[in-house]
Amino acid sequence: MSSKKKGVYSGKVRRATQMLLYKRHQKPGVKGWELRKALGSDYPKVLDILDEHLRDLDLQVKTVFEEGKTSEEKPTLDELDKARFYVTLRGDSVSKEPKMIGWRIDDLAGLAITISYIISKKGQASRKDVEKLLGEKLPDWKVGLNIDRYIRYGYLMQDDKQQLFLDWRTRAEVDEKALIDLLLAAEKGEATELPTEENESQSEENHEEINE
Amino acid sequence: MTTSETHKKMGKEKLQRIIEMCGAIENHTVDPFTLNVDEIITWVKEYFPDWEQVEELNLDSEALHHLASVIKLQSEWVKHRSTSLYTDPFLLEEKIMQTSKQQLADVFLKAWHPIIEMEQLNLRSISDGLLYWETLSPLNQRWKNFDAQEVAISTISRDELIAQRILSNREFSVELESYWQELKNKIEQDGAEGKVEYWNFIGANSYEETVQRAFLTSFLVTYGYATLEIDKLEETVHIKTFEKQQTRLLSKQSTSIPISVTCENWQKWKRGELN
Repeated sequence: MSSKKKGVYSGKVRRATQMLLYKRHQKPGVKGWELRKALGSDYPKVLDILDEHLRDLDLQVKTVFEEGKTSEEKPTLDELDKARFYVTLRGDSVSKEPKMIGWRIDDLAGLAITISYIISKKGQASRKDVEKLLGEKLPDWKVGLNIDRYIRYGYLMQDDKQQLFLDWRTRAEVDEKALIDLLLAAEKGEATELPTEENESQSEENHEEINE
Repeated sequence: MTTSETHKKMGKEKLQRIIEMCGAIENHTVDPFTLNVDEIITWVKEYFPDWEQVEELNLDSEALHHLASVIKLQSEWVKHRSTSLYTDPFLLEEKIMQTSKQQLADVFLKAWHPIIEMEQLNLRSISDGLLYWETLSPLNQRWKNFDAQEVAISTISRDELIAQRILSNREFSVELESYWQELKNKIEQDGAEGKVEYWNFIGANSYEETVQRAFLTSFLVTYGYATLEIDKLEETVHIKTFEKQQTRLLSKQSTSIPISVTCENWQKWKRGELN
């Protein structure tokens, strides 16, 4: 690659980083067509270069295609234009505590259960069934609040028939197949240390601030 | 009752039962594989020669239609089971019951990659803000007082309001209906695929008339007479009419779509530069 070309690409990578990291809309992430408009038609290559740079920071460029498209198939330009791009934690080497980004362990476990249950039910489950399942291990007063919170953050959505579906944030953040495989492979092991009451309330506040 | 009549009656009852069963499957209350499709098709075939009346044939085709839906559900079920994401819900429920909260959270952390996003200010945005503040005129200069003369209160007739163009000489609903008809004619004459380019519909000889047409068009869309098709990639806006007014749209929460109808855009449209 000539030095002039390198210069052009480093400028585009900088611009792509700003677009992906700084909040632009209500929802995070950038649509492919927005990147094409700002960076040119070679934006997939720019994102590949950026992804390589981000690897050292344990981050990655995540592509979320419109529904019905699996990541195994090679995407067309049209599919890329309609896809949404995010920067997410790669998670190869991150230790557990910082990755929890302020979530309480039981809220996180509840989210894990809800997502895996909906996946196993072909992507749709009634709120009542999920409430019953969560109620096995969480106090009743917390079950409804937690589901509403997962909906508010964009992990789930609910239709007027009280059916729950996976929403955009789950598609962007959760490796669904890995979750199910890990869950089925999980064996009774050592319990993780629960955060203290003080830490919990403090981290809860931080997370509310970030997400609200 | 003759034997053939009894046979016919039995056939009708069977078809009714098939339709009910298929309905329950379509509503996801019954497993699609509880229905033996081969057996049902044999029954349908067996009774088909007996049907003479239109209602009987209708019943037969309705049963076949529902049967096709059930076969579709069965195929979806097989497809889902063959994907790598399929897990038996009962197995999963069992697993969830056995696993501790802490373990579940650990498992989730391995499959979770939270989005990274920054909301903080940077030097550039602060300096942009300062620059804007410096060039911003004080409120008393921007909101200049209107030099309005006080006039005595009196009455005004409808004709005078029409003359001053405050009221139209036609009722709004009548005007909207006729404007809707105009849209239909325009699409028929100049439209493609049942739609017409937004500016080609609202654009008129004068800017005032264009604004008036844009105003009426917004009501056509709001009241469910027409809809807008926006292609973000191509940056085009088309207007499409409905055959009947869609009252359903009025009951739902709608989204506002701002379209700038500036004098500059109108001039560009006149010169054919807008699209």
